[in-house]
Amino acid sequence: MTVRQLAIQVFRHDPRDPGSRPRVVTHGLEETPGMTLFIALTRIREEQAPDLNFDFVCRAGVCGSCAMLINGRPGLACRTLTANLPATITLFPLPGFELIADLSVNTGKWMRGMTERLQAWLHLDAEPDPDAIEAAMDPDLAESIYELDRCIECGCCVAACGTARMRPDFVGAVGFNKIARFRLDPRDHRDDADFYQLIGDDTGIFGCMSLLGCEDVCPKSLSLQTQLAHLRRVMARRGLATGD
Amino acid sequence: MNTSIPAPSDHPGPWPARLDLLQSLTGLFLGLFMWLHMLFVASILLGPDAMWTVARFFEGYFLFGRPLPWLVSLFVAVVFALFVLHAWLALRRFPGQWRQHVAYWRHMRGMRHGDTTLWFVQVVTGFAMFFLAPVHLYLMLMHPELIGPYESADRVWSGGLWPLYLVLLFMVELHAGIGLYRLAVKWLGWSGAGRARLKRLEWAFTTFFLILGLVTLAAYVKLGIEHAPHAGEPYTPTWQRSAP
Repeated sequence: MTVRQLAIQVFRHDPRDPGSRPRVVTHGLEETPGMTLFIALTRIREEQAPDLNFDFVCRAGVCGSCAMLINGRPGLACRTLTANLPATITLFPLPGFELIADLSVNTGKWMRGMTERLQAWLHLDAEPDPDAIEAAMDPDLAESIYELDRCIECGCCVAACGTARMRPDFVGAVGFNKIARFRLDPRDHRDDADFYQLIGDDTGIFGCMSLLGCEDVCPKSLSLQTQLAHLRRVMARRGLATGD
Repeated sequence: MNTSIPAPSDHPGPWPARLDLLQSLTGLFLGLFMWLHMLFVASILLGPDAMWTVARFFEGYFLFGRPLPWLVSLFVAVVFALFVLHAWLALRRFPGQWRQHVAYWRHMRGMRHGDTTLWFVQVVTGFAMFFLAPVHLYLMLMHPELIGPYESADRVWSGGLWPLYLVLLFMVELHAGIGLYRLAVKWLGWSGAGRARLKRLEWAFTTFFLILGLVTLAAYVKLGIEHAPHAGEPYTPTWQRSAP
């Protein structure tokens, strides 16, 4: 079996360095069995470019740190086998997020802003009593909540969203998924009227143009479109019931 | 633990929901109407008498015993109004600034994602219809009596409107087909295999109506060429002609 020679074109730029200019650097690499883009980038950093910046933590598609544009489409480097790609691979940082350097972006800053804007945390009626026995939850409901909690906030859905690319104030699928999650949670005292205040406009659910990029690139295969359509129906009903 | 919902002054109010629903409902009506319209127009393929019957039917000929073309004008006025309303509502989605155009174009090129590209097709076809559709609508509004086998064929050929109808056919069928598919995904949340089936169905409908439209237009052109020496003469159905 012939071993493929990969040409990995990597975007390089460090905004903190006044002398740095955005450029693309090509690295030649011999493909090995089971090679992921994470392995390829690690080898490039070890053997060719020790100053190359890219993020990773878990190497198993759990932390969401290594999201990047892989031949133009968002994906996780650790979950992408080079065998599934052509011999020439182009890697760019995830768009829509602040660039740290090279392939590293600050998704955390964006996610924090989104979380604060959508108040994406449990709103309880009272402070929880750590000594009390936790109230039981229906297993099916817990499972539904857990399904939405599988989101790893990698940012792929935001980078894949044409609406978000045109309108940076758009909430994005990750935000809608959070609203859907807290809407399900019986411990959260907010109702649909409250959620309508958060996403009931054109930067929210009514700005979504159903381009479906979010669902098609989600590395966790979350059924985002089902959630978005459900939220749209619920919020439309809520909006129609709202007075001027 | 509790954080307050934004103050009432920040409330989005009911209009974002109303506008989103209105855009979808006007689109649904116009899309379905265009498919029916195609079937009515294609009655010429069954012969001039069939098309004459369809045209007079909508003028109430078989109900009132005489044609009332203003009934058609009235319906055209409603369609025209809904078209303008839909166009205005859809404009909210258009990229308005150069930066947005560039952002979407780059995104689309990089993503190579069917539904992201289809939205751009909708923008282009929608933009073209701003200019093409009013020509036809105004003619139908002012001269509803000129809908008939010879009358329509003369308009297509001797009136020189066939190039407009040829372009309009592609714009309308693409826009309607993609739009109806997007509506289903947007509100009903079709996902996975269901979405793929829905998309195949959408393309089947679009292909069918495009072929039907091209054959129909060819039939009107043929009839128009044959009738050119007598352009302007209305059609008389065979059963109303006096014996020679």
